[in-house]
Amino acid sequence: MYRQKYLFLLPGLLVLVAIILFPLLFTIRVSFSSWDVYNPGLNWIGGENYGRLWEDARYWQALGRLTLLSVTTVLIQYVLGFALALMVWRDLAARRLFRVLFLIPMMTTPVVMSVLWRTIFHESLGPLNPILESLGIGAAPWLSSAGWAFAAVVIVEVWQWTPFMFLLLLAGLLSLPNEPYLAAKIDGAGPVRTFFSVTFPMLGAISVGAILIRLIEASKIMETVYVLTSGGPGTSTETSSYYIYIRGMRDFQIGYSAALSLTYLIIMIVALTVIAKLLVRALVKDAA
Amino acid sequence: MTKTTLRGAFAATTALSLIASTAMAEDYTKYGIKADVPGTCSFEAIDAKDYTGRTLNIITHAIPVIGEPTALHAQQFQELTGATVNVVHVPFGDLFQRIMIPFQTQQAAYDVLFHASLWLGDFSPFFAEVPAAYQETSGMKSVTDTYRGVSLVDGKLLQYPMDGDRHYLKYRSDVFANPDMQAKFKEATGRDLTVPATWEEYNEVAAVFNDFDFDGDGAPNFGTAEVTKRDDLMFSAFISRVAAYAKHPDVKGGFFFDLETMTPLINTPGWVRGLELFVAAQASMPPGGTSFGLGDEIFSFGGGQTLMSYSWDDAFIQAMQADSPIRNKVAAAPLPGAKEVWNRTTGAWDTFETPNQVSYVTWGWSSAVAAASPNQDMAFDYLCFFSNEANTMADLQIGRFGVNPYRAEHFDPAFYQNDLGWDAAVATTYADTLKAVDSAPNQVFDLRVPGVGEFMSSLAAGVARAQSGEATAQEALDGVAAEWTAIVDRIGKDKVKAAYANVVALEDK
Repeated sequence: MYRQKYLFLLPGLLVLVAIILFPLLFTIRVSFSSWDVYNPGLNWIGGENYGRLWEDARYWQALGRLTLLSVTTVLIQYVLGFALALMVWRDLAARRLFRVLFLIPMMTTPVVMSVLWRTIFHESLGPLNPILESLGIGAAPWLSSAGWAFAAVVIVEVWQWTPFMFLLLLAGLLSLPNEPYLAAKIDGAGPVRTFFSVTFPMLGAISVGAILIRLIEASKIMETVYVLTSGGPGTSTETSSYYIYIRGMRDFQIGYSAALSLTYLIIMIVALTVIAKLLVRALVKDAA
Repeated sequence: MTKTTLRGAFAATTALSLIASTAMAEDYTKYGIKADVPGTCSFEAIDAKDYTGRTLNIITHAIPVIGEPTALHAQQFQELTGATVNVVHVPFGDLFQRIMIPFQTQQAAYDVLFHASLWLGDFSPFFAEVPAAYQETSGMKSVTDTYRGVSLVDGKLLQYPMDGDRHYLKYRSDVFANPDMQAKFKEATGRDLTVPATWEEYNEVAAVFNDFDFDGDGAPNFGTAEVTKRDDLMFSAFISRVAAYAKHPDVKGGFFFDLETMTPLINTPGWVRGLELFVAAQASMPPGGTSFGLGDEIFSFGGGQTLMSYSWDDAFIQAMQADSPIRNKVAAAPLPGAKEVWNRTTGAWDTFETPNQVSYVTWGWSSAVAAASPNQDMAFDYLCFFSNEANTMADLQIGRFGVNPYRAEHFDPAFYQNDLGWDAAVATTYADTLKAVDSAPNQVFDLRVPGVGEFMSSLAAGVARAQSGEATAQEALDGVAAEWTAIVDRIGKDKVKAAYANVVALEDK
């Protein structure tokens, strides 16, 4: 009698299949082919690409680097974003102006900002080193030393995406009820105690959401690395996405890069699921 | 009608049409050229064609560089012929795949393609041969053998030459001619300051003048600016540094591979020596010089920061801009050479009294017509028009266009003196250097084989490892050799070998 209802679901299902499932299934199929610059098309080579991937040390190193980069940047973004949100949450002169200012980095195009930051970090022509020297700190080899180049990528990521954390956490702060704070005040709790016993726990759920969204985004980092360092010096800032880009777009190893992408996708899904569970357990009180 | 009457009528008609054509001759200088040069693809000849109702699809690089003249001449072609010309501009990182994917999926997406000439090994199965009529044009006839050679596959002209690129040495002639600087160098090294004839000398000169205000402007100058950023054409800079040690003038049969066995040669002692010197030179680069892309190199040398550089024309042209602080204070020379050259036949280093100098003909934009294009007549007309003599001479004068000398007449110093206002000495060293590269007995060309992107990406990654200290030169190049072997096996030894034979034929000519 109600079978017609499935007909109404059909348009939505078709769109879902077209825009999500088909590309995914096609990528899976491509990953079992040797499609490259000289062997176009979908031949069948079994798991050869996956076997090759297993021995590809550069890929695993890039994945390790990505993990370090993502965790570092997201943690810094969370701490800074929280601090800024707390600052603007309370009564502050020109509060609205600060809110808009804090959001500007997030609203700019990553590639454009990376180009600007590359100019800022430029060791010969950029303004940063002269400023550091005038402050007596000394110039730094921002893009030509492995450690400094990694730090440069972290700085740009933190600068660009801290506003996202700020925005979500500020929204969370603004939605908090007033009663717990009144109770804390009556109990004589100071600002630090109030933060750790009231504010932070009550923002647990939103913190988990913000951290996870940023981890997902950070794990796809590509534009910043491409423009700022091209993965160098050596391979010191090469991340998984950039490596997959090199193999797929530059080397035109379509089949192999599909295998890399799928493996990366599976690792990310597993890792982020585990991280999500751990974060919920650690930060959300009602989770248990 | 008698023969006399006919002859009279013919003469009268001819006279009338001559008068009419003179009276109605178009003034094509409005298109930015000095004057139209008569020929098969002149403005006048193209103006006479009617492609109304037809559409030409072109893919090219983003503006500037070659994207800009592509669009300019497309607009002109559209106005002259009535055709609709669509130009798709693509960033460099996407250009290869945007051309390749339609080829592989058998779509005739574009009629005309502008691309890097070293991709010929990948694209050649999809290109249409340039028809004989176009090969007979005056413009094509004056393309030098070198630049015609890089467009050939198995004797067939598959690319339409419209640019010529090569690496050469650029240096500050005012510093080299300065007696105080000569004395400083003599004091530091015990020998006279001369334009480096070997890469060891290059590194030595760079070291002496590094971090020192040699031009008296109050800011420190540096020894050398080189393209060192991994994925920014650094492989070309590296090959320039290696060629003199690894390309023995008397050993034929391959520079990148041994053509017979297709064994990579890139980890042989000549290549390792070149990499060691490349790494050593990092000490004489400006701050950040170890991650310089091509743009940085152009502005570092072209802006007067560094004493020497080597790469394409851009930095030299930048230095010769009207507002440049070092205009007419620069000179060009062939790439430095090597007094010791690795002989892979004997497995020993050979010593040369006169350094072995190797010219590296690298990169260069090129163009082609898709074999699957239904508009090949119009497409070849467009390319012929693009590169006609009048357009080319105008394009050569605009540095950002990326069109560099590739025809015999482009090596005339008078052009640079008269049309660009260069000093005679600068124009002479520039034109003579370009001519010397073109006619050098020992030349190296890009690895124009299927998978060149992968080969060069692997090479650049290996070199970058050595530059950053992650590996020694030998370890880094051993790693690259292993990867190259795997790439050859994957693509197919015979396919790579067949394409590489075309490159070796140019080098061993």
